[in-house]
Amino acid sequence: MTNLDLNGRPVSFRSPDDTPLLWAIRDEIGLTGTKFGCGIGMCGACTVHVEGRATRSCITPLAAVAGARITTIEGLDPKGQHPLQSAWIELQVPQCGYCQSGQIMQAATLLQDYPDPTDRDIDAVMAGSLCRCMTYVRIRKAIKLAASKMRVGSAP
Amino acid sequence: MNRILHADDRDSGASLPSRRGFLIAMVGTGVTLGFARPGLGAIELPSGEAEATPAELFEPTIWYGIDREGFVTVNVIRAEMGQHVGTALARIVADELEADWQKVRIVHVDSDPKWGLMVTGGSWSVWQSFPILSQAGAAGRIALIEEGAKLLGVGSEACVARNGAVAAGGKSIGYGDIVVRGDLRRSYTEEQLKAMPIKPPDERRLIGRDTTAIDVPSKTNGEARYGLDARVDGMIYARPKVPPTRNDSRVVSIDDAAAKSVPGYIRTLALNDPSETVPGWVMVYADSFVAASRAADLVKVEWHVGESGKVSEEDLQRRAGELIADRNGGALVVDDPGLDAAFAAAKSTIERTYTTSTVMHFQLEPVNAVAFEKDGVFEIHTGNQWQSLILPVLAQALARNQDKIVLRSYMLGGGFGRRLNGDYAVPAALAAKLAGRPVKMICTRPDDMRFDSPRSPSVQLLRMAFGDGGNVTAMDHQAAAGWPTAVMAPSFLFKAGNGALYDPFSISGADHWYSVGAQRVRALRNDLADRTFRPGWLRSVAPGWTAWAVESFMDEASHAAGADPVAFRLRLLDAAGRNAGSAPNAVGGARRQAAVLARAAQKAGWGGALPKDVGLGVATSFGQERDMPTWVACVARVAVDRGSGRVTVEKLTLVVDAGTIVHPDGAEAQVEGAALWGLSMALHEGSEFVGGQPKDTNLDSYTPLRMGDVPPVEIEFLPSTEMPVGLGEPATTVVAPAIANAIFAASGARIRHLPIRPGAVLRALSNSA
Repeated sequence: MTNLDLNGRPVSFRSPDDTPLLWAIRDEIGLTGTKFGCGIGMCGACTVHVEGRATRSCITPLAAVAGARITTIEGLDPKGQHPLQSAWIELQVPQCGYCQSGQIMQAATLLQDYPDPTDRDIDAVMAGSLCRCMTYVRIRKAIKLAASKMRVGSAP
Repeated sequence: MNRILHADDRDSGASLPSRRGFLIAMVGTGVTLGFARPGLGAIELPSGEAEATPAELFEPTIWYGIDREGFVTVNVIRAEMGQHVGTALARIVADELEADWQKVRIVHVDSDPKWGLMVTGGSWSVWQSFPILSQAGAAGRIALIEEGAKLLGVGSEACVARNGAVAAGGKSIGYGDIVVRGDLRRSYTEEQLKAMPIKPPDERRLIGRDTTAIDVPSKTNGEARYGLDARVDGMIYARPKVPPTRNDSRVVSIDDAAAKSVPGYIRTLALNDPSETVPGWVMVYADSFVAASRAADLVKVEWHVGESGKVSEEDLQRRAGELIADRNGGALVVDDPGLDAAFAAAKSTIERTYTTSTVMHFQLEPVNAVAFEKDGVFEIHTGNQWQSLILPVLAQALARNQDKIVLRSYMLGGGFGRRLNGDYAVPAALAAKLAGRPVKMICTRPDDMRFDSPRSPSVQLLRMAFGDGGNVTAMDHQAAAGWPTAVMAPSFLFKAGNGALYDPFSISGADHWYSVGAQRVRALRNDLADRTFRPGWLRSVAPGWTAWAVESFMDEASHAAGADPVAFRLRLLDAAGRNAGSAPNAVGGARRQAAVLARAAQKAGWGGALPKDVGLGVATSFGQERDMPTWVACVARVAVDRGSGRVTVEKLTLVVDAGTIVHPDGAEAQVEGAALWGLSMALHEGSEFVGGQPKDTNLDSYTPLRMGDVPPVEIEFLPSTEMPVGLGEPATTVVAPAIANAIFAASGARIRHLPIRPGAVLRALSNSA
């Protein structure tokens, strides 16, 4: 039994504690927005936040996150209107969409660390998130759009 | 792929469920518009009102319906895999219908024979659907105006339909009210439907304007449902043990002793597959995917492995070379008289060979499916691009009739042609049948890669003859590759002039629009490839290699002729003879290809000064098929590092003429993605067969393009009101040759193999020095 906080709610997992967080979230809890792509932490489709940090859930066993605060795409914003999500819709980023939960979760921590990211910051932080439809041009634009809106929103 | 629905057949109705009349029928919930069901006469309307149920609104022969609130639901038979196809198709209906776009919904329907051929590929969804959806929309508009006029007490000529309502003078009535109060029942013959007054382009209100794709919000909040997200009560999980070879492995023994220590492990069974789709497959069952996956790692299977277990990439290329060297054999797809004489009389000739390596799909969602039997019907829940292809295979595998199998539609975590081949549905179905309960089969990434239908390696030999003054007098193009259509859909093979059958999708692109005098195109099936693996259709299919060869060769030919590569091509794109084009799909012919080429060159600053070791390279193509040309040209700007051989793409400039653009923002996204696929395959991808299997099985060694390697991509669509054609693939075809030609311009190094690796550039540099 592994207890943790998932999207603001306490959750107890029955899955063995060596189960990757990805499959526990998807198959035990039924939150399927987090995706399975490579299983070795190299595509980024499974990215969630552990204590606010982007983490590859496919290679993170439950035992490693016992007691932690986990956020998935479903919990990023109560209404699905995080500035990144709004920018993703405004710029029509997704194609097949399969990687986009992971892209958005990764971008969310990027903007925490770099509120005004340069292209190089984006290249470096987003390098681990593969988009097979190659929507990279729009992902970059949407990150910058969201960043500008968040800066305006947080201005004193 | 569009030849599956041949251009000549489309307008005559072959692509429709059948040749029959069009009905507007009333049901309890609204009005439905579609084709008469078999067995119903065109004038024998279902009364509907008596036994109407909500389900009838989605009765499978119906293209769209309007309910009592005026909501329009468009049924989409195409798979959603990132192209926002439902939005594009719904825009076509809604524009002619004069619907309120805010009240338009889409439904991706399940497989049903009444839909006719269900396939999403070849970039032809919009092209194929445009006429019929326009006509269906117009029929609805006219009926709504007629009934709306009666309800308003005016003549229909006084009425205008706009934004989901019929208006006359100051009065107006919404479509929902007309559905409730009017009698919209109509029937039309096929001829009448064809004669429906389609709006002129300048009356379009939705087509050609941007909109938010209906599927996009669900792809930002985790709600979009893919095959991997399918779930039914009582299901167990399974992961396959994929055998060492695709076609000739046989299970000798299974030892699951070690797997029994995995909590949740159930058992391991060998599949018996009458359809021979997955010979030698073993399925490991457990109560969770994690347990199934771990148990599968511990299950030991001994296989008897056939001859293909020894085949390497080099063997495959060697076999292709042998086929080309043999002057006999193959299909003469183009075979003009006088070719040999032109070569014999030539002032000069050039001959070059181009090769490409195996390419993996690597769609991000590994293949998977949920299968179970319910009420005598076998249900398969999965994302799929070609339901009509896999249903008969499933019928054979399960030993039951097709009408007792249904494929439920899900979004695709990437198609790119991988899911045209629905082979993954077969082991899931067999696993469920064997277990006697619902099974969710998931392939891990390495399972998926080893089970992929990769793009076949290819070898191509091209020759050109020059006469007086450097005029091109003949061109010969020979191509050898694995033929997916021969393996998976042999009824779609074509017959060449010399009587030989060939896979049109494995040679298209070689039959280009350049006027080159006497032309010959010979297509050769790499039999070793087809035995060793299951070759697949991969984004842009043959033009992924034929355009690589043609456009690299045109560049070499222009240099041989002492001409500028753009000017040389423009001279050959003279739209003469068979290259003049024809209505409706190829109006203007090669003239339009010349236009995109000239515009791309101008836009990219062709001929201008460049820094040292930086060059511009050009390539142009007609997309995939002469029947449905999408005219595209690309100029790549690259820098070559002479020390390391590393190539940096600094910019891609693309110009496209795809006729009418239904959804401009979506069109740009498709071209952008397709172009970057081309870049990825040119520099970052490519695999090889080792011991009968693809060497690369995950991202540790297979390295598609990442964010940091994306150059600026500039895209322009030439304005057009011609027939809308495909967008998902054409741009893929031109990027690799544009890059190789740019490498030559920058450094003098000529590359003739894909993918382009730094080592090859270094070797080419030393050859050119």
